[in-house]
Amino acid sequence: MTALLDSIGYAQWALHALIWLPVLGIGLVLWAEEERAKTVAFWWSMFVFVLSLGLWWAFDPASGAMQMETTAPWIPSWGVNYSLGIDGISLFMVLLTTFSTSIAILGSFNYIKTRERAFYALMLLLEAAVVGVFVATDVFLFYVFFELTLVPMYFIVGIWGGERRIYAAIKFFLYTAFGSLLMLVGILFLFWKAKTFMGMPTFAYEDFLLVPLTGTEQIWLFIAFALAFSVKVPVFPLHTWLPDAHVEAPTPGSVILAAVLLKMGTYGFLRFLLPFFPLASQHPTVVTTMLVLAVIGILYTAWVAAVQPDAKKLVAYTSVAHMGFVVLGVFALNVNGLQGGLVVMISHGISTGALFLLLGMLYERRHTRTIADFGGIARVAPWFATAFLITALASIGLPGTSGFVGEFLALMGAFESHPTLAFIATLGVIFAAYYMLPMVQTVFFNKLETDENRKIEDLNGREMAILAPLCALMIIIGWNPTPVLERMEPSVRTVIERVEQAGARAAALDGLSTPVEGGVRADATDAPSDGDDETTTDLNDGSAPAVADGDE
Amino acid sequence: MASLAALVQGGGQAATEGGHFEPFFPGLVVLLPLLGFLANGYLALQHARASADAVRGGSELDLGDAASRPATHTLPTWIGPGVMAVAFLITLVNFTRMLGAHLEEPVVIHYWTWIATGTFTVDAALQLDQLSMIMMMVITGVGTLIHVFSVGYMKEDPGYPRYFAYLNLFVFFMLVLVMGSSYALMFVGWEGVGLCSYLLIGYWFSDREKADAGKKAFIVNRIGDVGFLIAMFLLFKNFGSVDFVPVFHDAETLVYGGGLVTAITLFFFVGAIGKSAQMPLYVWLPDAMAGPTPVSALIHAATMVTAGVYLVARSSVLFALAPLSSAVVAGIGVLTALFAATIALKQNDIKKVLAYSTVSQLGYMFVGVGVGAYAAGVFHLMTHAFFKALLFMGSGAVIHSMHEAYHATHNHEDPQDMRNMGGLKAFMPITWVTMWIATLAIAGIWPFAGFFSKDEIIWYAGAWAGAENAPYPGLYTVYWILALAAAMLTAFYMTRMMVMTFHGANRTGDEESKHLHEAPAVMWVPLAILAVLSIFGGWINVPEALQSGWAGLGGVLPMSEWLHHWLEPITAQAHHVQEVNLGQYSYYAPFGGGEAMWAAISTVAAAIVVALSIRIVGGRTVVAVKDDTTELTGFAKVLYNKYYVDELYDRIIVQPIVRASRFCWKVIDAGIIDGAVNAVGWVSKGTGWVVSMFQTGTVNTYAFILTVGVLFVLGASLF
Amino acid sequence: MITEALVLSAILFVIGTFGVLVRRNAIIMFLCIELQLNAVNLSFVAFSRMFGIEGQIFVFFVMTVAAAEAAVGLAIIISIFRHYETVNVDSFNLLKW
Repeated sequence: MTALLDSIGYAQWALHALIWLPVLGIGLVLWAEEERAKTVAFWWSMFVFVLSLGLWWAFDPASGAMQMETTAPWIPSWGVNYSLGIDGISLFMVLLTTFSTSIAILGSFNYIKTRERAFYALMLLLEAAVVGVFVATDVFLFYVFFELTLVPMYFIVGIWGGERRIYAAIKFFLYTAFGSLLMLVGILFLFWKAKTFMGMPTFAYEDFLLVPLTGTEQIWLFIAFALAFSVKVPVFPLHTWLPDAHVEAPTPGSVILAAVLLKMGTYGFLRFLLPFFPLASQHPTVVTTMLVLAVIGILYTAWVAAVQPDAKKLVAYTSVAHMGFVVLGVFALNVNGLQGGLVVMISHGISTGALFLLLGMLYERRHTRTIADFGGIARVAPWFATAFLITALASIGLPGTSGFVGEFLALMGAFESHPTLAFIATLGVIFAAYYMLPMVQTVFFNKLETDENRKIEDLNGREMAILAPLCALMIIIGWNPTPVLERMEPSVRTVIERVEQAGARAAALDGLSTPVEGGVRADATDAPSDGDDETTTDLNDGSAPAVADGDE
Repeated sequence: MASLAALVQGGGQAATEGGHFEPFFPGLVVLLPLLGFLANGYLALQHARASADAVRGGSELDLGDAASRPATHTLPTWIGPGVMAVAFLITLVNFTRMLGAHLEEPVVIHYWTWIATGTFTVDAALQLDQLSMIMMMVITGVGTLIHVFSVGYMKEDPGYPRYFAYLNLFVFFMLVLVMGSSYALMFVGWEGVGLCSYLLIGYWFSDREKADAGKKAFIVNRIGDVGFLIAMFLLFKNFGSVDFVPVFHDAETLVYGGGLVTAITLFFFVGAIGKSAQMPLYVWLPDAMAGPTPVSALIHAATMVTAGVYLVARSSVLFALAPLSSAVVAGIGVLTALFAATIALKQNDIKKVLAYSTVSQLGYMFVGVGVGAYAAGVFHLMTHAFFKALLFMGSGAVIHSMHEAYHATHNHEDPQDMRNMGGLKAFMPITWVTMWIATLAIAGIWPFAGFFSKDEIIWYAGAWAGAENAPYPGLYTVYWILALAAAMLTAFYMTRMMVMTFHGANRTGDEESKHLHEAPAVMWVPLAILAVLSIFGGWINVPEALQSGWAGLGGVLPMSEWLHHWLEPITAQAHHVQEVNLGQYSYYAPFGGGEAMWAAISTVAAAIVVALSIRIVGGRTVVAVKDDTTELTGFAKVLYNKYYVDELYDRIIVQPIVRASRFCWKVIDAGIIDGAVNAVGWVSKGTGWVVSMFQTGTVNTYAFILTVGVLFVLGASLF
Repeated sequence: MITEALVLSAILFVIGTFGVLVRRNAIIMFLCIELQLNAVNLSFVAFSRMFGIEGQIFVFFVMTVAAAEAAVGLAIIISIFRHYETVNVDSFNLLKW
């Protein structure tokens, strides 16, 4: 396989193709006849997905650095380059994107009945933008793609959504734009710093990594970036756009939103937040704040989810809980935690995507999403019930499914660094059962009473073709996650090493006799402050009020 | 592919590690039930499709008579029990091979790397040793019998293939639980059996109460699972691994009685409390009786609920290092034993009696492992699997017969209520005899299996109290007395159940009683086999002190402490820790007297209680449910209502959480957070509205403002 | 000489401005705007005597723009009149939102 890929020079053009082929597909879809648009879009996205599969082999699992890097000047006077590359973190995000786009398009055949060409064109635009987010190694380019994802999603929710679609679309747009504007300010600040430091204008990721920042600067920049990404994730209490967007979005919109758009937030944590601001990221107050928010997110949204009358809203809230596990793993700042967080990202993409697809199929049949309207569906739709049960179990992290591997590792990693918080987060395991099982029971079990429910059809061939690969992936990753984990490990280590080295350097510069263990300076708040010296990266300086601001 | 090859070959490197022991396809033991699940599951889905079409058409799928049923309904009869039988035979071969070998170290067969993050690695590997072998024998052996029994019991059920699919899946997970070579893999089985338990309790899911019971079991179990997870995290943090071999190898680096080992073991025990239905998490088990009766026999009596005991026995060295945890284990065990036994006194549902009896007996097992008698705990686990599976299946035969009687006469009485039974021995003699054997066994009457196992547990509780440096001698004396008391209660309520069910006058109804019948052979043969095991099963571990005395028939029973010696490689480390820190067990019970004397006292006392119970209960007039107007009062009412524990939990835990959830949603989420977000929106809109007042739309106003503006700017620049 | 021209230009401009502000008839307002433009033109021409030819060039520009404006403006007024049958600007506030 590797030889074949080499012979066609795959590594040189693959990343470009994954961005620009969907864009080309937009043209094809718009050019096609209205009723053929969905077929064209589906096969085109399948083509892109198959093409992206080559990354699995072309990727060198032993290296933690950026691979397949290509670069071309874009706006030379500002030092902006069109440069792409992937590592073990983005590899899976790209695959998840191409995969879920195909699945989502196939899943929207019956759901989208109006303006089909426009819809599928937007889906392909979304795919291009999201892939761009994950492969961009130029911060400016990243920002452009990051914002570009808002546009198609805004229209998908706003045009094909439910009754309150306008409210949801605007809320989604404003919420996320608010966060990313703060990030833009942060990026510009970094740009000027980099320009002074490098002696030339640059937006390159690698250059930004080299920019020396004082502890205070890091804290402020951390807050700006963290707010942008936390809105996307979403981290409690910035999550309220998500349930509305999910409930109003059409099924494919929800699938893409859950499967990949949320991941852009946690991807940002891993790609930018930790490596750019290593001192801030391991500042005890910052870490504790993020972990506490993650734990609140896990438990609080589980509770809120449990009392939702609307099935889709329930699943939307569970997304927040799942992403809480990701944040928990990321800010554990160790190998287990980060890898666990990444697996949760993948697993959540698959299982929550599948849950939205299943609920969409249910909605197509019954035209309601109110849980109480259903009952006893398992008797008339056994395959449906089976697929739903497998997905629900993967979602609540039953061992043997992908959800368990991720949550287990994330919790284990968090336990290594913060046992008490991890202990509280583990209670989320109980509440996962508390929100999911009553829904499963009310919808699929209990007595089959109404005639509408009696008429519900089982899965058809197309729907099985959608769900089979999803369910298979949940179980395969559950039993053999090693191929995934081994590809992530070097990149994850790179991130952690960077954080730890910066911590060690800072400690050395501080001239403290206390040795640094595990990169986390628990004693940082007690360190004597000498704010006059610019070279000392003193974390004490102004950091405490800064973090307090960030909490709100 | 490589792993598949290894699976079939049975693992190449095992032989070198295990000395003479050559494993015989151990992977197949696990794989077969899984294949059975896949095959039955596929048939079940096909079957369900046909049934769904009928339901959509407004009717029910007609199964027709036995001869003309579709393959989807008949094939599971062979697949379900078939895979179990083969798995049992393979286990048997392995067992005999292990008998011949002197296996000191466990044999670990590696298949593939399950999770490897770089700092944490856990393999998909099976561990074969004396403990897992005993468990495998119980699971596949008793499991096969229950599968066979199910063929008769579930014959007329429309979900027949689905039933066997779940049952096979359960066995798969149970085997993963006991054969896994690490706590992580054990946890896979641990939650997997919880899932199957959920599915099987709610097997008749159209009935809301039954579906609720399944859900309750799953959620309560998950509370325990959190403990298990935390214990694993602690292990990883301190040992860098959760595999059995390295953890136990390094276990003795932990401080004896230290906080860490106490925390680890207590968290593990929280897991065990959930899974093995101990106080305060036992509430799911009585409700679990909503499942089909063979399920209660397999999952909620013989195998799954004993997983907690297996966990403690497996971690024996850790528990031996933590005397406080051991005391808690034994304490919870004895309290549960007594508490559940009192509730069982007043229950009228035959399965509920057995359910509380199971809770109570599980308490005994925890007393055993809590006083360091790990072999005794496992021993009771094994004998209990025999006689409790027998009791459940016997009750299943009774319910089956009662159900058919009521069904034939279109009567809607409760076929499980003992008040509707009575005098069944005339109709079901085999069931009657076999169940009496099991009752005598559970009551601890010599020479039945339960006598040896229960007596050993009670004895060790007393002997532990007298150990040289016993940590809490007074406490263990109390445990010992309570355990003896609970044994007497056991004898009483079990006899009450037998008398109410089988003796006295029949209360089923005149017309109905004509339809009562003995169970078919496919059901009573497993009963008979288990009856034999319930008699002789205890003889494999006759205590040394009794072997030459009366209880061992002066040495006629040959296998003195066989199980004890068999498990020696597993428990040796724990016993070493105990001997170093606690010294020898006492040879006398707290108030004097040796093992032989107390064994005699307890069996005679149990026999007296049985006789008393027959007199008392037999002397009462029991009336059928429809005529029963008795109002229970006082303590009897409290017992009948199970001490109102469910109501209490509902009020202090469930309702507050639901209320808090609503509060979080309505007040915090929709009110405060989203309110703030919307408020931002409203403020912007309001500002816009105010500003838009200046936009009148009349040209003159604009021209006027423009002119004023120009004049203003001009004026400002001039002056 | 230049002073008189500028004074005349200022008077014309003020009359134009006053007319735009106080009259309600769209046509008259329009004429007043033309008056303003021509007042400016006058000052351009006057200044061109002192500073060179550029002022006169500007006048041509202004006249061209004024012609175009007249064409578009009158067309709008006519279509408004057709629709509302009035050219009183108080009766329409279409420029709102």
